[in-house]
Amino acid sequence: MTQTLGITVDNISVTYTNSRLALYDASCYVKPGNITALVGPNGGGKSTLFKSIMGFLEPNQGKVNISGLPIHQAQKKQLVAYVPQADEVDWNFPVSVWDVVMMGRYGYMNLFRIPSAKDRRLVKESLTRVGMMDFKDRQIGELSGGQKKRAFLARALAQEAKIMLLDEPFTGVDVKTEKAIIDLLLQLRDSGHTILISTHDLASISTFCNRVILLNQTILASGKTEAVFTEENLAMTFGGLPIRSKKAEKINTIGFD
Amino acid sequence: MLLDWITEPLEYGFMVKALWVSAFVGIVCAVLSCYITLKGWSLMGDAVAHAVVPGVVVAYALGIPFAVGAFLFGFGATVAIGYVKENTRLKEDAVIGVVFTGFFAFGLMLSTKIPSNIDLFHILFGNVLGISQEDIIQTLIAGFITLLVILLRRKDLLLFCFDPNHAKAIGLNTTFMYYTLLLVLALTIVTALQTAGIILVVAMLVTPGATAYLLSDRFDRMLAIAVGTSLLSSILGVYLSYHLDAPTGACIVVLLTLLFVAAMIFAPKYGLLRRSCSKIESDGGYQ
Repeated sequence: MTQTLGITVDNISVTYTNSRLALYDASCYVKPGNITALVGPNGGGKSTLFKSIMGFLEPNQGKVNISGLPIHQAQKKQLVAYVPQADEVDWNFPVSVWDVVMMGRYGYMNLFRIPSAKDRRLVKESLTRVGMMDFKDRQIGELSGGQKKRAFLARALAQEAKIMLLDEPFTGVDVKTEKAIIDLLLQLRDSGHTILISTHDLASISTFCNRVILLNQTILASGKTEAVFTEENLAMTFGGLPIRSKKAEKINTIGFD
Repeated sequence: MLLDWITEPLEYGFMVKALWVSAFVGIVCAVLSCYITLKGWSLMGDAVAHAVVPGVVVAYALGIPFAVGAFLFGFGATVAIGYVKENTRLKEDAVIGVVFTGFFAFGLMLSTKIPSNIDLFHILFGNVLGISQEDIIQTLIAGFITLLVILLRRKDLLLFCFDPNHAKAIGLNTTFMYYTLLLVLALTIVTALQTAGIILVVAMLVTPGATAYLLSDRFDRMLAIAVGTSLLSSILGVYLSYHLDAPTGACIVVLLTLLFVAAMIFAPKYGLLRRSCSKIESDGGYQ
């Protein structure tokens, strides 16, 4: 088997408990070594697709492979990092920026999660790389929108995963930070990382994403930015499609929170 | 005078016992309370506490340690809650409400039908002044297991409370963590049963953590504050109980609540006073 660091989404359907159909028959391939943008309207299933890829919810049908492995195995090998949306995080939680970034290293530590010198070094490097070393002792709620994003980006860096998923990384972020994040993503891509981001910010996509996946309830198109990211395709994506009726099935969410 | 207030109760063996058992229970509850408040599981704690009643009755009837019966039913209730939630369209609070009252009512019914020498009043409100040697041993065992599990898994449990998705993303088994936390919750309730009783145990499981959360932005400090306030309330509560001739559990919980109110008003960063001051400052700034 060849070692590819892509993500294969194979014919996924997700229906939520309230019978709302979020995704149907979604198939796509996230190509390694690229920055791929996931584009679609609100409620179009972007977050659902992310959650399915990360195994946070179990689709009613279909499966996801990461780098040729089932999700959980890929995660155990620290192949995938996930940068959450701002509203998924409890900002009042009593942890510091340093603590959060150190959580990126837990998968490498022993059972008691005692950091080694290497763990501390990587946390420091990651914080420095996103320019957050000066804020390492802040409680996470005391940060600005851009700083919050950078803190969680540093956690993903500390995890040393070759595949990164970023859910709406530019929401609540100033222009300067957006530019800095984009530069960092480009550096990561050039060092062989596979990056999938979901974003509303259509204007910036063609400046740094070389691939695009269009999504509205299902995958409408995917491929190179210049081929897929066209006005016609966008009109189709955001104009709304007749949603195929599907027998409501209950999905099984894995785990608890 | 004050010295008498402190030393007089120590002349009685049952008071000395009550003091150190309550202090121990206070520590165990305080440690867990930090996780329970951060995870938002207060209602779950209340549910487990009520659900242990049939377990206690059955245990006494069968002549096995009360802790075993209480633990099995308390933990069983959480499993039942998980099952009902997964398989119905109900929201979690409704499921918890249905399941724990069902267990509790069943326990009340059993307690009148199964002949035993248990005093329902003692289960409901605790009876640390009359605690037996055997019950102390059970309390200690349950408490030490809880402390050991939390000590060894504290970082994973904290991550699970903070960001279960990240825990999953780095390949950790969150289902296992979920049950670990439920397990120590049930064990802690068993620990606190004799001191606070079923009705008030939730206060010992939530209030210290809630107070500490208002006073600190760091988990380690929060833990220390929770243990401090809980220890203080437990020891003072036993004294109050002696001098006022009032139920021990109630005295402890009243003190815990007073400390919480004090924190709510005077907390340096999140207190009401500080908030109204900074509001005046910012209002003034616009003029």
